Amino acid sequence: MSTDTVTTTDAPSTGRGDDAPVLEVTDLTVTFPGLNDTTDVYAVRGVSYAISRGEVLGIVGESGSGKSVSSMAAMGLLPDHARITGSVRLHGEEILGLDDRAMARKRGRVISMVFQDPLSGLTPVYTVGDQLAEAVLVHDPKTSRARARARAVELLELVGIPNPEQRYRSFPHEFSGGMRQRVMIAMAMANDPDVIICDEPTTALDVTIQAQILELLRTAQRETGAAIVMITHDLGVVAGFVDRVLVMYAGRPVEMGAVDEIYYSSRMPYTMGLLGAVPRMDLDRQGALVPIQGTPPSLSDLPPGCPFAPRCPIAQPECELAEPDLLPIGDQPSAEFIRAVHDGTPAPASAADDVHDTGVQRSACVRSGEIAENAWTARDIYPVPEIPDTPVSAVRRDDRAEMLRVAELIKHHPLTKGTVFRRRVGTVYAVDGIDFDIREGETLALVGESGCGKSSTLMQIMGLERPQGGTIEVMGQNTAGLSRSARFALRRDMQIVFQDPMSSLDPRMPVFDIIAEPLRTHGESPSEVTRRVYELIDLVGLNTEHATRFPAEFSGGQRQRVGIARALALEPKLLVLDEPVSALDVSIQAGVVNLLEELQARLGLAYLFVAHDLSVVRHIADRVAVMYLGRIVEIGDTHSIYTRPSHPYTQALLSAIPIPDPEKERARTHIVLDGDLPSPANPPTGCRFRTGARSSSHSPRTNRSSA
Amino acid sequence: MGKFLARRLLNYVVLIFLATSFAYLLAATNLHPRGYFEQMQPPPSPEAVNAQLDALNLNDQTPIAQRYVTWMSGVVVGDFGQTIQGGDVTEEMWMKAGVTLRLITVATILGSAVGIAVGAYAAVRQYRGFDKVSTAAAFFVLSVPTVVIALAVQVGANGINDLLGFQLLRYSGEYSAGFQGNGWELLLNRIHHAVLPTFVLAVALFAAFARYQRNMMLDVLGSDFVRTAMAKGLTRRAALFKHALRTALIPTITYFTFTFGALVSGATFTEKIYGWHGMGAWLIDSIFSQDVHVVAAVSWFMAITIMAASFLSDILYAWLDPRVRV
Repeated sequence: MSTDTVTTTDAPSTGRGDDAPVLEVTDLTVTFPGLNDTTDVYAVRGVSYAISRGEVLGIVGESGSGKSVSSMAAMGLLPDHARITGSVRLHGEEILGLDDRAMARKRGRVISMVFQDPLSGLTPVYTVGDQLAEAVLVHDPKTSRARARARAVELLELVGIPNPEQRYRSFPHEFSGGMRQRVMIAMAMANDPDVIICDEPTTALDVTIQAQILELLRTAQRETGAAIVMITHDLGVVAGFVDRVLVMYAGRPVEMGAVDEIYYSSRMPYTMGLLGAVPRMDLDRQGALVPIQGTPPSLSDLPPGCPFAPRCPIAQPECELAEPDLLPIGDQPSAEFIRAVHDGTPAPASAADDVHDTGVQRSACVRSGEIAENAWTARDIYPVPEIPDTPVSAVRRDDRAEMLRVAELIKHHPLTKGTVFRRRVGTVYAVDGIDFDIREGETLALVGESGCGKSSTLMQIMGLERPQGGTIEVMGQNTAGLSRSARFALRRDMQIVFQDPMSSLDPRMPVFDIIAEPLRTHGESPSEVTRRVYELIDLVGLNTEHATRFPAEFSGGQRQRVGIARALALEPKLLVLDEPVSALDVSIQAGVVNLLEELQARLGLAYLFVAHDLSVVRHIADRVAVMYLGRIVEIGDTHSIYTRPSHPYTQALLSAIPIPDPEKERARTHIVLDGDLPSPANPPTGCRFRTGARSSSHSPRTNRSSA
Repeated sequence: MGKFLARRLLNYVVLIFLATSFAYLLAATNLHPRGYFEQMQPPPSPEAVNAQLDALNLNDQTPIAQRYVTWMSGVVVGDFGQTIQGGDVTEEMWMKAGVTLRLITVATILGSAVGIAVGAYAAVRQYRGFDKVSTAAAFFVLSVPTVVIALAVQVGANGINDLLGFQLLRYSGEYSAGFQGNGWELLLNRIHHAVLPTFVLAVALFAAFARYQRNMMLDVLGSDFVRTAMAKGLTRRAALFKHALRTALIPTITYFTFTFGALVSGATFTEKIYGWHGMGAWLIDSIFSQDVHVVAAVSWFMAITIMAASFLSDILYAWLDPRVRV
């Protein structure tokens, strides 16, 4: 990789206290040169931060904001063709531009990293123990194999792997995702590093496992005393975990400060919008989420001014002239000054110290001073849509029509072995007798961790066939006795929106055809189809000219709107939403969540909302059913489930979710479950949550209701 | 695992039996050993021909079922009958197999090793000079039939020899006819003769392996586990070698075993052109001399080697990749 180091004059500046920063990144830029005809991608543009021993810095940003690339650059892990400039100092020593051999001696010993996806992060052909021992041996080849092995076992024990002696010989595929992430953390801790960079360490994990891993990272920090850089898009994770926050947008740091400053007095419209866009699990009536219009700019074609200006509700003409620097609140140049500079007046050379991390809150917004003076919040600057109440909400629930009733639903998969002589060796109890109903205009959320049977339930319902066991009634009609034509007709009333908007739209069909397809299938006249498609495009907040475009030209949020329009084409009364926002960034997610609420109010829809994100669920659902190992362990209205969960699993689940509010988050004590989810092929008898391995670290309270 | 392999083995035994039986029946009904004897000079009497055919179990007047049973009862105890000239098939078969093995062992190891190295390095240097050159070379070799390569190399060697005025490169036979010398000299002479045909076989294998390994390597190059290895302190080179290549080698090694098995009877052209009397050459010759037993025996041998190779690749796969162990 080509590097160009900033020639810093003398010792690194120390803004805070007397402890020198362990890691100091100054004006780091990363550019990926375009191959052949493509333009260069400016992935990171001028990131600076300093972090001292024992400190935790959070780097927050949405996908493509450059947060991962900047830390990969610091680790020397970017491919050769990346162009990196700036300075990365580790204990005052410049490490940017070191050759691979010298850098390798630092990696894993002084600075180490935990990655996002634990499933693919370990080499499949070596045992986890050997891979851990390798981390020890590579930095100290004189260590005997037995000594390295002992250290590896010790590390496995430290990160909470049961039976470390035996598990040393396990291969990665024999470990669950959470356990593999523990191994990755053990690997990062192996040589007592001074800095641990965690790149979305919990994003791929279930929420109860996330709580375990965060707990473990705290332990790791205590054990090693290391500085931690926590990269994440989850504002909840950051709130309770870090000391300071760096917010990135389009490759630029746009705001930096102590965690409380950022959460309670953000001075950058992007950060403010982001915080307002997060659905809150701890608030009962949050109102509509703050949506941020538009999408982040392309990193290969950036606007000349502030990259957020096109989406910013308080942008001024000056915002588009020059990109604002990250400056302390109130230090931003005046609008007249920016115009003068833009018109050609030579700018006074800004102090070189500006690029360094000084420790005070800084914001890259020319109006940051104004925001501070007026103490604006997200709700003051962003237009928040008014969402009317559902018309049917005045009617008592019992008096409303039943949209869907599921009773004693069962779906068991046989577990077979052998290829020549297939034989049944067990049963996967995917769905094991669940009951619920959905009334007109209401949202029932089905929540649970991966493998709990949410999707199996959905597929059973969407199949409109005779279930393996139990009954499914859609609009009062039992699906078991439906004729082909009746089933086809019933599909009009129940439509689905899928999780992944990237793969659920045919890439070779223009949006018009995608939305028109269900209408044509159900034999609408061409003129009616055209009228309806444009009506739907308008309804979901897309523009008429989008009709002729292909899915690839849309962002994730827009694609999900297309998916919603398609589902609404036949005017269904019940919409099944399978994790509709989990693939979207927070700022985009807010817009889609608002749209769903608005549509429900306007069209009187009933939703079956399947999700693992309990914050979104609290925001959108009227009733919640918590699934665990194929059964519903608790069902009730959202308010009582969230305020008075009675089943220990619900309590643990709710407790595991980090809240994007630093003070509240620090005050909470999380119930951390031990171990992984039991296999649905071998569920414990009786209460499925009963197993000691799962619930040992919380004291069971007396159950008030439910399973 | 043991049970799985035992069942596999049983399958293979049945397959080999069927393949050999079909080969025998096909050869016995389509080849014409009677013609071979009738055209001898001076023409033997019909009685003499019949007697010869009966002695060899090749008489087309005997019902095919009976001939088959006779032959098969010999095969079961390791006797593949006699060649049309009256020699012992079994004995000759092992000799020919030895010749072929000598030729292909070095060639496959050399060809695949170079191919793997070139392919893996080309993947690391994707779209750079080395990758482009090696890709072009591999595709060139793949698009030229082995016969053409073998002949071209032979012509080239002849040209070089003429130019130098002495025999630097030997291109015919397994060793010099009538060569006298002690063990070492004979070995050197054999190696001298083996250089060119080994090279021809290795070149073709190199091309296939280079392409295959390049693709396998590209699949794992961007893997998270390579990044993890680097993050814990391995240099890029070490991470690529120890983690990426090790993982990418698994499918290649099983492919290697299979190639080796297939080549035992698949080096026909090279053997014929370079005058090596190996398995492949023997098969062609025996078809021309209407030699039913040799054709059947060679088919049996091919079936055995292919099955053994695939059995071995199953075992190797399980050994190399912990994910498929049961």
